[in-house]
Amino acid sequence: MALLDFFRRRKAGAAPDLDAATLRSDRFRLERQGDWQRLEAIVARLEAGRLRRISDDDLLALPALYRMAASSLAIARETTLDAATLNYLEALVQRAWFQLYGTRSSLGSWLRRFFGGGWSESVRAITPDVLIALAAMVAGTLVGWLLVSGDPHWFHALVPGEFGGQRAPGASADSLRSTIFGDQQGTTGLSAFAAYLFGNNTKVAILAFALGFAFGVPSILLLIHNMALLGAMLWLFDGAGLGTDFIAWLSVHGTTELFAILLAGGAGIHVGRNMAFPGNRSILAAAAQSGRRAAIVMTGVVVMLMVAAFLEGFVRQLVNVTPARFAIGGAMLAFWIAYFYLLRRRPAMGAD
Amino acid sequence: MATAPHLAREAKRRRELITPEGLALNLTIASRGARAGAIILDFILIHVTMLVVTLLLMYLAFGVFGVSGMSAGGPLELLAVVWLIMMFLFRYAYFLYFELGPRGATPGKRITGIRIAARDGGRLTAEAVIARNLLRDIELFLPLVLVAGAQSGDGGLAGLAALGWFAIFMTFPFFNRDAMRAGDLVAGTFVVEAPGRRREGALDVSRAALGQEAAQGSHGYRFGEAELAVYGEYELQVLERILRDNRADAMVQVAETICAKIGWTAGRGDERAFLEAFYAQLRARLESDLRFGKRKADKHAASE
Repeated sequence: MALLDFFRRRKAGAAPDLDAATLRSDRFRLERQGDWQRLEAIVARLEAGRLRRISDDDLLALPALYRMAASSLAIARETTLDAATLNYLEALVQRAWFQLYGTRSSLGSWLRRFFGGGWSESVRAITPDVLIALAAMVAGTLVGWLLVSGDPHWFHALVPGEFGGQRAPGASADSLRSTIFGDQQGTTGLSAFAAYLFGNNTKVAILAFALGFAFGVPSILLLIHNMALLGAMLWLFDGAGLGTDFIAWLSVHGTTELFAILLAGGAGIHVGRNMAFPGNRSILAAAAQSGRRAAIVMTGVVVMLMVAAFLEGFVRQLVNVTPARFAIGGAMLAFWIAYFYLLRRRPAMGAD
Repeated sequence: MATAPHLAREAKRRRELITPEGLALNLTIASRGARAGAIILDFILIHVTMLVVTLLLMYLAFGVFGVSGMSAGGPLELLAVVWLIMMFLFRYAYFLYFELGPRGATPGKRITGIRIAARDGGRLTAEAVIARNLLRDIELFLPLVLVAGAQSGDGGLAGLAALGWFAIFMTFPFFNRDAMRAGDLVAGTFVVEAPGRRREGALDVSRAALGQEAAQGSHGYRFGEAELAVYGEYELQVLERILRDNRADAMVQVAETICAKIGWTAGRGDERAFLEAFYAQLRARLESDLRFGKRKADKHAASE
């Protein structure tokens, strides 16, 4: 019925209606509702993601239509008491505003800016926090080493049972050697193992970041705790005369993985530190600004952990010689440092 | 202008956002109930999809390839990789994908009629969406795991302490005006009601303008200055809604109430014409006052 009325009016023309309307606000609506509906139709198509279905004419008219609807709303608020029209306009302008000022960057262009300098720029921006995280990690390793060398019982407190396996105090050098040389995984099952490692490490990294929200303290504690485990392991293998081999075994993926966890912890500390010391900004503004920058770093961390899982799952099991392992691990470390601190393009993105 | 009690509750959740054109947009903060509903719907959706994918992969592994046991490599291993990656994507990429879309809302949010927006009125950036979703882990997943663990008492005292700690994040939205969760705070976003989802969002083009007869009383209904002065904008809008709903019993009741108020004797059978005339003349009066800068919010407000 409504549709029929609509067509009938269109055929009869708008003029008689305007004459019949005695209220100024009704005339205001009748004069403009055609444009409002055109805008509504365009916005509906934008919302559905059907960009191709919008004609060039409509696309060109969109900014003008939006501004017209916005000024109609401003006038209507002061002149009309017609609640239906007002509500319609409020909703229409909001929807158009969300479309015009919504997320605009496509995933492709975002990724290009991300890898082409945005990521390393964000990493450089949180350098002080990365240094704090680095200090926490070094301290954690030392604490782990010292605790276990003082009293081997600490080992079991630091290393969860299922994680250590045969790597425990009292294990023979041969059995320790077999855990880092030789393919205890076999060559099959490696890709599944890599995928599992990736998922697990990502959870730890995201946790290290997310806990930074509480002023960074839990992030630091988490870093210390995780690195204490490493320190304990280091002590164990060093005691069996396998220290260098263990470091080489670890470095294949460890340089990438520990770097990623370092950055994640740094990102968490960055948010926490900015909230604790916001400077001239409000706490909320400081949190939002640092949070967005940290999010870029964290996206990169996920990428690094993917690389680390690949190295851990495939390369480490397949390369069985200490010098080669050192070479791979060292090359990865050099690559990351060069990428983050030497690649200086124009800052393309970030917490603006 | 004094705020009437029926408007006060709405006003508490209303936020003003200035667009680059200088227009103030009224956004309404989404209710916490709507947000809880949205996350529950999303969870159901994610887990049902996960289950279907898992069953499908198991069917592929054991039915099609005829693999038995876990020893075989090849296709089974490939399926395991696919499964692990899918689970990871469901957990993290689901929210990112949908919130970066043009509607700024996951399917659950769309159903409950809410969406995310940048708190400062600027563009909603990809970084912001990533940041707000990274914190979901400590806000929701970890507390849920701890609650599940608390029953069996595995964690002991430390488990309870951790539970209390994470409860802070879970209840975070209840302790700030904008109902932000920790992720919103870090990302600079908030969750608002999506515009145009309500019934009133549709413009009724067929609705003709109020004609000569109703507005000037040539039907026989002509109201004096004093009779129109009893009501304000709020009553006008209620009347508008009654006329739009067009329910006979409601109109009879309202017509009687108005007659009693202005001291007329209520007639029978012509309520619609009576109400239309009253609506048109009341609106004409209030709008002409409006042009001179005089507003009357409701019947309690004194005419300025």
